[in-house]
Amino acid sequence: MAEVTAAVRGACQEYVWIAAMWVRSALAYPWSFWILVVGSALITLLDFVGLGLMFHTIPHLGGFGLREVALLYGASGIGIGVADLVIGSVEQVGLHVRTGTLDAMLTRPVPLLVQVCADRFAVRRLGRISQALVVFAYGAGSVDWTLAKVGLALVMVVSACLIFFSFFVAFSCIQFWTVDSTEFANAFTYGGNTMTQYPMTIFPREVLKGLTFLIPVAFVNWYPCLFLLGRPDPFGLPGWFAFVSPVVAGLTLTVAGLAWTSGVRHYTSTGS
Amino acid sequence: MTLIDVRDLARTFVVRKRSGRLGRTRTEVEAVRDLTFDIDAGEMVGYIGPNGAGKSTTIKMLTGILVPTSGHLRVSGLEPSTQRTDLARRIGVVFGQRTTLWWDLPLRDSFELLQKIYRVDPVRHRRNLQEYVELLDLGDLLDTPVRQLSLGQRMRGDITAALLHDPEILYLDEPTIGLDVVSKGRLREFLRTLNAERGTTLMLTTHDLQDIEALCDRVIVIDHGTAVFDGPLADLHRRGGSRRTLVVDLVDEAPPIEVPGASTRRVEGPRQWLSFPAGASAAPIVSAVAAAYAVADLSIQEPDIEDVIRDIYAGA
Amino acid sequence: MLYAAVAVRSFRRFSTYRTATLAGVFTNSVFGVIYSYAYLALWHQRPDAGGYDATDAVTYVWLGQALLMTIALWGGGTTDDLAERIRTGDVAIDLYRPVGLIGWYLAGDLGRAVYHVLARGVLPTILGLVLFDIALPASPLAGAWFVVSLALAVVTSFAIRFLVACTAFWLLDQSGMRMLSGVLAIFLSGMTLPLVIFPEPLRSIALALPWASYLQTPADIWLGHRHGAGILAGLALQVLWAAVLMAVCRAVLAAATRKVVVQGG
Repeated sequence: MAEVTAAVRGACQEYVWIAAMWVRSALAYPWSFWILVVGSALITLLDFVGLGLMFHTIPHLGGFGLREVALLYGASGIGIGVADLVIGSVEQVGLHVRTGTLDAMLTRPVPLLVQVCADRFAVRRLGRISQALVVFAYGAGSVDWTLAKVGLALVMVVSACLIFFSFFVAFSCIQFWTVDSTEFANAFTYGGNTMTQYPMTIFPREVLKGLTFLIPVAFVNWYPCLFLLGRPDPFGLPGWFAFVSPVVAGLTLTVAGLAWTSGVRHYTSTGS
Repeated sequence: MTLIDVRDLARTFVVRKRSGRLGRTRTEVEAVRDLTFDIDAGEMVGYIGPNGAGKSTTIKMLTGILVPTSGHLRVSGLEPSTQRTDLARRIGVVFGQRTTLWWDLPLRDSFELLQKIYRVDPVRHRRNLQEYVELLDLGDLLDTPVRQLSLGQRMRGDITAALLHDPEILYLDEPTIGLDVVSKGRLREFLRTLNAERGTTLMLTTHDLQDIEALCDRVIVIDHGTAVFDGPLADLHRRGGSRRTLVVDLVDEAPPIEVPGASTRRVEGPRQWLSFPAGASAAPIVSAVAAAYAVADLSIQEPDIEDVIRDIYAGA
Repeated sequence: MLYAAVAVRSFRRFSTYRTATLAGVFTNSVFGVIYSYAYLALWHQRPDAGGYDATDAVTYVWLGQALLMTIALWGGGTTDDLAERIRTGDVAIDLYRPVGLIGWYLAGDLGRAVYHVLARGVLPTILGLVLFDIALPASPLAGAWFVVSLALAVVTSFAIRFLVACTAFWLLDQSGMRMLSGVLAIFLSGMTLPLVIFPEPLRSIALALPWASYLQTPADIWLGHRHGAGILAGLALQVLWAAVLMAVCRAVLAAATRKVVVQGG
């Protein structure tokens, strides 16, 4: 156990060291750095403005008001924001295969996943997280808070991060087999994020089932938020779904771990 | 002490090729087969062969990047593919065409990061850095962003980066590619010093055979995935049937010289080129020529290793 | 003739990334499905929002996903090559070529756009037809005008991306400006939400800006919301913006050339 803890601590340290190098590298072009910071802030701002404009036309979307949708939007946004900040660079693994940088990484005494994720670490991704936090705080106004609900909200946010975390890793692993399939992963990561920005009631039942049992993105925010908002499940699914997000996160992490190890094994056994 | 132990190593790749409109054929290519050699601590070995011969496949297996299909492989007592991270602390790798330094940051920053991730004791790191900076003349460049360095300066930076954690083995892939003559010379000088003073084992792949002549006591030639020669450079000459050349400048032009033990290859005005086996002594030939002709000048050319290796490939 | 050759070569170059194309079509289609349901929910409550009906709205979604790459909403295309050549200094060679630099890159970008219409546009449109029964062009003539409008959209988009790439002459690196430009394009082209349902005065402002050319104008022609004089007015505004922006490109390039010549890069 102590060995595992030491290994994890070591990996975290190494992550921070490498990430710090990228932050300093980015600052070598101060103009681009600051424009990128402003750009990412603007991107997230306009994204929510888009949602706000929809509500300018209609009072409810799928039976949910703006504040309720903001709660969903914020929870999902924090999840993908943190995952993107910490490990979003895993999307570039195909590029590392193609350019050979993956080989150089394999000759370093640092776990490969740490190196791939810390690569091109970009502080500007904090913009999305802060926007999501603000939107979440705005949405929180629609909840009658109790201690239990605060606890569930925390569990929800952590699980959301871990689920998106797994999606980034798992779907990027496809690139070990076909290097230029980066966009494929986007359908699940950013696509999953976009789906969960809306109440699931806008989708047909079959889509919701797919997002529950197949690509379990509904556990990112939908089921816990129904509990927070004190709403019965509009699709009649069990109420305890609100509490199983951590279990789902555990499952997706396991799948992601398996995908990563088999991806690396594939690479080291074919060299391409 | 054996540091690298390779027995019957093999690596096959499956290549899928489009054939016809829809069909695909699956062929197995043996990139490396029946490869056997061992390298002792402190050796300097040249690993050479034509493109596609299996050089980089071998290096990838030795560094743990690629898992062998079959065979036995130990580096520093470790199995590279399963103990890759442990092995990483004991080896240094330099890729000639690719830098592992941080492009936009000063050289110093890359070195500091390496000290941290290899967990090198700070005192030892400082001592190593000071020594390498002095030997490789990097003092004025430590605060320069890597992107502003010349190719030769960058290569010196990359080599320092690969050595800061005191590796037992240093793999160099085309270390002198693209460098000017002065830089090449300086780099070779450094590698010799490194090997002599620290006992670092060197294994280099190169197309520049002067690297081999200047550095390696031993050469392994690989072709079609297997070693076709393994031994000292001198043996390579003998094995390849390599020949030395006596260049004779006569006072007057003359028909091709005829002396026992040598044959005249080329005549150009008063200058003639005589070829004789590299293993034979030049003395009797020189005296025979001097006795029969009026000689203005003489010189002997050592065999060209490139010709020797070409002969070996042709024979293999 | 030279420009045609450049365009053909560019078409071929982009057509080599087959897996990337498939992955992209897949992702565009996933987003198409998501936005379709979101818009259906909206139009379910306001069946005439922005003068569109539900079918128009869903058609708009799939047109957007189909054209995303063609109009290079996120940046990209041959202007990225230009930015890279500026960064490395190779652009100096281009500037001394007898061929016009803008024409060269524009031809390449048009070749790319043709490839992207075919490879990234057709499949999502078919999928939209199958899954959501989207509308086809009101008439063959509307279809033809749509193609003209789309071509103008690509030229406008090219000019803006060219200007962004040119900022690298001064900033060394285009990535910041490229992103900023992408953000504006996403929002003001109507990709986030159709411009027609923007509240006034935002709606009128957005419709007058060059980004309206990217998606809103071609889509309105496709949907038959513009006909007769409306089509001509829409195209006229597109031509105006394309001409103005191309003129700005020329001026900026001239300034950049002076800078490169005087400072030696």
